Amino acid sequence: MRSVDELVLPEALGYTENHEWARKDGSEVVAGITDYAQEELGDIVYAELPEIGQSFEKGAEFGTVESVKAVAELYMPVAGEITGINQELENRPDLVNEDPYGRGWLVTIKPADPGEIQSLMDKTAYYELLKGL
Amino acid sequence: MRYLPHTDSDIAAMLKAIGVDSTDDLFANIPEAARSSREMDLPPAMSEWEMRAYMERLAAESPDHKIFLGAGKYDHYIPATVTNLLERSELLTSYTPYQPEVSQGTLQAVYEYQTLTARLLGLEISNASMYDGASALAESLLMATRIRKKSKGKIVLSSLIHPSYCQVVKTYFRPTPFEITFLPVLADGRTDVSALADMGDVVAVAVQSPNFLGCVEDLAGFGDLVTQTKAIFVTCFTEPLAYGLYQPPGGQGADIACGEGGSLGLPPGYGGPGLGMLATKMDYVRRMPGRVVGKTTDANGKDGFVLTLATREQHIRRARATSNICTNSNFCAIAAAVYMACLGKTGFRELARLNYDKTEYLKQQLRRAGMTLPFGAPTFNEFVVKLPPDFKRKYADLAASGGIVAGLPLADWYPELADHYLLCVTEKITRADMDQLVKEVSE
Repeated sequence: MRSVDELVLPEALGYTENHEWARKDGSEVVAGITDYAQEELGDIVYAELPEIGQSFEKGAEFGTVESVKAVAELYMPVAGEITGINQELENRPDLVNEDPYGRGWLVTIKPADPGEIQSLMDKTAYYELLKGL
Repeated sequence: MRYLPHTDSDIAAMLKAIGVDSTDDLFANIPEAARSSREMDLPPAMSEWEMRAYMERLAAESPDHKIFLGAGKYDHYIPATVTNLLERSELLTSYTPYQPEVSQGTLQAVYEYQTLTARLLGLEISNASMYDGASALAESLLMATRIRKKSKGKIVLSSLIHPSYCQVVKTYFRPTPFEITFLPVLADGRTDVSALADMGDVVAVAVQSPNFLGCVEDLAGFGDLVTQTKAIFVTCFTEPLAYGLYQPPGGQGADIACGEGGSLGLPPGYGGPGLGMLATKMDYVRRMPGRVVGKTTDANGKDGFVLTLATREQHIRRARATSNICTNSNFCAIAAAVYMACLGKTGFRELARLNYDKTEYLKQQLRRAGMTLPFGAPTFNEFVVKLPPDFKRKYADLAASGGIVAGLPLADWYPELADHYLLCVTEKITRADMDQLVKEVSE
């Protein structure tokens, strides 16, 4: 297990208490789980993602990731409609472990309020949260 | 299993350790209204030899009747090889282990059961089994709601699913917002699926084949219609031997096939034990209730067996578990696996054929004797016959002293079917038995 200081926490992302990250990409938001989350879960074997077109409130459960030892719920970092899901994960769920902020992304969201992403924790706040765990 | 007696002083010591005055205090958080204040109505305790004599008397009462009764439990012959193998202690005392991987033999036996079940039902994957056919159906319908991610909508059942199974389904769904509706019956003894076209919001459709009247449903036709509604197609059975002769549900559009496996090497007993079978498509494996044994390779590259997808189960996922099934009918499942393996594909088919042919013989003889067989659809080893109204009295006499159980009177289940009897013919029934039955009903 790596220490908090060894975890990768990119600058330009918003973070949630449930260990999701969100990044603005044009008018959309890309979301995934953090390096800490994938490390805690261990080898991820399955990602259950929502249907495109489904809408969720901020904090609502939109899917699950299953590792060899646990199933974890995924919560929306911002409210909005699902516009895309990472199809590649169907055959390569391990990408969530390998590249949690890149090829291991989970969904794209059309946010109900484009400004909501600003309310998420920044890298420093999330780092402090992890330190306190 | 170890016998652990509790003496009064043992109990007193335990109560003291946890700081409680009496055993009754342990139940204090159960509301008064939910508790019984009556003494239990039990016969006086017996000595060991009295108990033995009592059990022997009961065993001697086992009827030597000719049983024409099916309706969910089928009196099939259990080959001596099956009984003999099952008496091996490692099979007889098996249980789904809580530290599963140390019990490779048990896991392999369950894995074989799953493989045989999936092949029998024509689907990709089976679970490790459940309690009985009725709970397997109810669990399959809950599974359908998970697949379709619905929290309300219609659950549509054929009226010709075993009435007890329907009762269990209703019980399971009582606390949910789902609405249970029934499809009517056609004149030929099959389910009228046409009403489905006018129904909206259908989450799952379930049909039993052969159905409760013994008629084989047009599963493929049913499946086509269900697919158009985007509902999950659940097929159910009480007599899996039928699939030795008729197309299995998997090839006919079933998303989930489930039912009672008692016919596969388990005695009818006094109604049990049961074996809940469930098979489905690989796409739905994560929505499937119950345990699953998987095959893998260990660190040395050797084959091994594991409990797989256990992360869905209660001991890991608690309230969010896929289902509340956390065990299986292991001994019954192993019995079914041994039975299916002993018969083999050819033997299974031959046995099914034998059941069918004998049943057709009885149908023919009853028709010749002037009896009405009201339903025209094809049957397997059960069918409905209408007998003269005065047969009702004779039915009881035959069962009490004539050595014949002349099927199931259907009026109790379907009031419109007064004087109709559901007859079943397994391989254990001889031509002479059938001729005698025909004679009795004709007199």
